[in-house]
Amino acid sequence: MATVATRPETSAESSVVRARRLGRRRAAIVSGVLALLVLAVAATALSVGAYVVSLPDLLATLAGVGEPRDEFIVLTLRLPRILLGMLAGLSFALAGGLFQSLLGNPLASPDIIGISHGASAAAVAALLIFGLSGLAVAGAAFVGAVVVATAIYLLAWRSGLTGYRFVLIGIATAFLVQGILGYLLTRADVRDAQAALLWLVGSLSGARWDDILLLGGALAVLVPLVAILAPRLRVLQLGDQSAAGLGLAVQPSRLALLAVAVGLTAVATAAVGPIAFVAFVSAPIARRMVGGLALLPTALVGTLLVVASDFIAQHLLPGDVQVPVGIITGAVGAPYLLWLLATTNRSGAVR
Amino acid sequence: MSEPRELGAEGIRLAYDGRVIVDDLTVSIPSGKTTVIVGPNACGKSTLLRGLARLMRPAAGRVLLDGADIHSIPTKQLARSLGLLPQQPLAPDGITVADLVGRGRYPHQGVFRQRSAGDDAAVARALEQTSTLELASRPVEELSGGQRQRVWIAMALAQQPDILLLDEPTTYLDVAHQVEVLDLLHDLNKTRGTTVVMVLHDLNLAARYADHLIVMAGGAIVTEGTPAEVISVDTVRSAFGLDSVVVSDPVCGSPMVIPFGRFHRA
Repeated sequence: MATVATRPETSAESSVVRARRLGRRRAAIVSGVLALLVLAVAATALSVGAYVVSLPDLLATLAGVGEPRDEFIVLTLRLPRILLGMLAGLSFALAGGLFQSLLGNPLASPDIIGISHGASAAAVAALLIFGLSGLAVAGAAFVGAVVVATAIYLLAWRSGLTGYRFVLIGIATAFLVQGILGYLLTRADVRDAQAALLWLVGSLSGARWDDILLLGGALAVLVPLVAILAPRLRVLQLGDQSAAGLGLAVQPSRLALLAVAVGLTAVATAAVGPIAFVAFVSAPIARRMVGGLALLPTALVGTLLVVASDFIAQHLLPGDVQVPVGIITGAVGAPYLLWLLATTNRSGAVR
Repeated sequence: MSEPRELGAEGIRLAYDGRVIVDDLTVSIPSGKTTVIVGPNACGKSTLLRGLARLMRPAAGRVLLDGADIHSIPTKQLARSLGLLPQQPLAPDGITVADLVGRGRYPHQGVFRQRSAGDDAAVARALEQTSTLELASRPVEELSGGQRQRVWIAMALAQQPDILLLDEPTTYLDVAHQVEVLDLLHDLNKTRGTTVVMVLHDLNLAARYADHLIVMAGGAIVTEGTPAEVISVDTVRSAFGLDSVVVSDPVCGSPMVIPFGRFHRA
């Protein structure tokens, strides 16, 4: 009896600690494996191509002591593309994960609810109507994403925000914006339309160090904000009433998180175009492996998805064709969307 | 142990989009007791609970905690005194019991002080009190309805509130689990001194577990007091529009309402 009476405090506590540690260890292992996979794919993509750089040569080049020819091929031709792909993948995946958990709906991803489309439409308009180029087009894409996101937010607002309304209005907005895009393209000159195509599919082919610095700089601000806001998101996930009961300022917190998610979508789309479905599938894949919010695994899944898809798009397609990376991610994401819609439960609530 | 706290409302008006549900209502929640709010559908009982839980800002009047307007108290500070279990809280996919209950610690955490040993101790105690310790590493979605409700109560307890507000905590539960949850809340009230305020549908369970019973109808309080003082044929008729006989509960002697129907009359 005496042992039973004195036991609870410490043993209960230690089993709570154990349960938490179990979850953390799982997340750490999954993240570690994902990070290794990213490195492996990146190394392969750096060495394989029309000209193959051997692993020792690759390491020497990355260390800054390689042959000039290897240096040109690895550092100038291949590395920017891979780095940009990694940053964009991370950015899209985090944006998608934030949207989906904020709005409690797996369909609530920026590439489904029209925010990426807004960026595309603005970029295409800047190219075709205003004849802009380079950074100005990226700026337009950023503005487009923010404008569409704000419009959806205002339209969905009805003395509070519900995820379901937000998603429905977002999907309607996506169609509207796609209509505008189609109109712009049919009016365009064939050569201009070719340039505009990049903004419809998403591609890493034009990667430059400028893009990397710009996107990297934006992420250096946005990613720490995600980390700071994550505890609020964990509370918001329990529903508005529970969150308010736990002392969270619900609407300001949600607005801040939405702003960060829109920012992530906008900067990534501005850099590489709307790479399809990366935002949509990354968090669900990560959360299948790790419970909870799983932001780090989500970011790594997105990174892996883009880098691996780009490698497939460049090297592994039959007939030696090369396509933009967005075609491959689209081919991965579309079946998932179909599966998700097919398994939606009868009440219409996608879980 | 919970501190005695004075929660009450002074002439509050609660409205959704201009539609007034509760008007000019004044109530005082007895500290350290179990208060149950009952009444017919759409009588404003959940609305009143939401008002007391500062989920709604009153259009007029004030909700007071120890004399201070709850809307003037910083939200995290208030959450350390006042806990809430809504009717349908959401469990994120794949979340474990330990993780969920740990989120109840949010009002005790700062931006830079995310987690501490004190959090683990509070979570462990909440799990023990609700007999859910052995479920700690299980995913919430795998649990039965009764277990899940105990886990949600554990989350509210991890918050360590002095006052716990619950909106129909027994809905969707079978009768065995209803009794289990109510027993748990009764136990918390008696052992920890936590003031419990809940909305219930079942009059007889309300009469059995309440120290203080508030009967509402049409957005106002019809009567309040101990179940024995409050529950009568007249009260049931005026609040629910229902004829009944009131007998003494053979198990614990609290008043028990046996309704008439069109086909069943004494």
